[in-house]
Amino acid sequence: MSDWVVVAVIGAGTYLLRLSFIGVLGTRAMPIWAQRPLKYVAPAVLAALVLPAVTLVDGSVDLTPLGNPRFLAAAAAGLIAWRLRNVGAVIVVGMALLWLLQGLG
Amino acid sequence: MLDGARSVAPLLLGVAPFGLIFGVTAAGSSVGGGLGYATSLIIFAGAAQLATVQLLTAGSAAAVVIATALVINARHLMYSAGLAQHFRQFPTGWRLLLPYVLTDQAFAVSIIRYESVSDPLYRRWYYLGGAMTLWTTWQVTTAAGVILGASVPAAWSLDFAIPLVFLALLVPALRDHPGVAAAIVGGVVAVAAANVSYNLGLIIGAVCGIAAGVIVERVTT
Repeated sequence: MSDWVVVAVIGAGTYLLRLSFIGVLGTRAMPIWAQRPLKYVAPAVLAALVLPAVTLVDGSVDLTPLGNPRFLAAAAAGLIAWRLRNVGAVIVVGMALLWLLQGLG
Repeated sequence: MLDGARSVAPLLLGVAPFGLIFGVTAAGSSVGGGLGYATSLIIFAGAAQLATVQLLTAGSAAAVVIATALVINARHLMYSAGLAQHFRQFPTGWRLLLPYVLTDQAFAVSIIRYESVSDPLYRRWYYLGGAMTLWTTWQVTTAAGVILGASVPAAWSLDFAIPLVFLALLVPALRDHPGVAAAIVGGVVAVAAANVSYNLGLIIGAVCGIAAGVIVERVTT
């Protein structure tokens, strides 16, 4: 399947997910068994995107500051996210720390 | 309409850099800038677009890419259910068009405002103002990122800003024990499964994390 077809299918599927209740199912209540898992899509997916990106180097886990500066930089950025709730500050601190550690490495 | 735009304005601080960096990343990948930007028009959902580009770059099977992206976007079912009662009186054309621009942010600001304002006309334009501000920002910044693409040196490690944006979104989602469990299990399983064939690591992590959240909720309530 060509990449364009894959993207088109994802686009159509995403539109149908958004349309579901607004356009078709209306105001009928979503069953509780469906509501429960949906609440946890965001934390599960976001963590599944973040953790591999900041812990893996060439496919294996490396948490040392110089071997994998991304982990320490992300940990500090996570602390900023928790205390300040400010996306801009998270990006600035995370990137600055990464550059600093890469400079040391 | 302006009210909606004003409400999402502070959120653009997270959207704009993410869009730029997504564009740069897509342009530098084997997916290319053309299809990379097209995902902004066709899919219009940042995390799913990024996973799509990553998986296509890694040569994953079509079914894996589609399933992963749709699991990530399944949360829109919840938003659609939340907005349906407020959109009930809107004309059919509006109810077909408004979902296309539905995002986490448009849902969040609208559902809060709808608690205090019941005028259907105001509600319609408020949502559209917020959603279109986000849509326009996303189109402009991802396109700009694609154009900048090649000229951004790899040594800047700008790709690192993407996990940083997700981290900034993740932390506020850790509201309760089930949410924390979903994140820990989702993240750890995704790392453990990173080398699983067909690039199934992300979707396995996500599904295990969601299951963990449901189980912890059941046990603790």
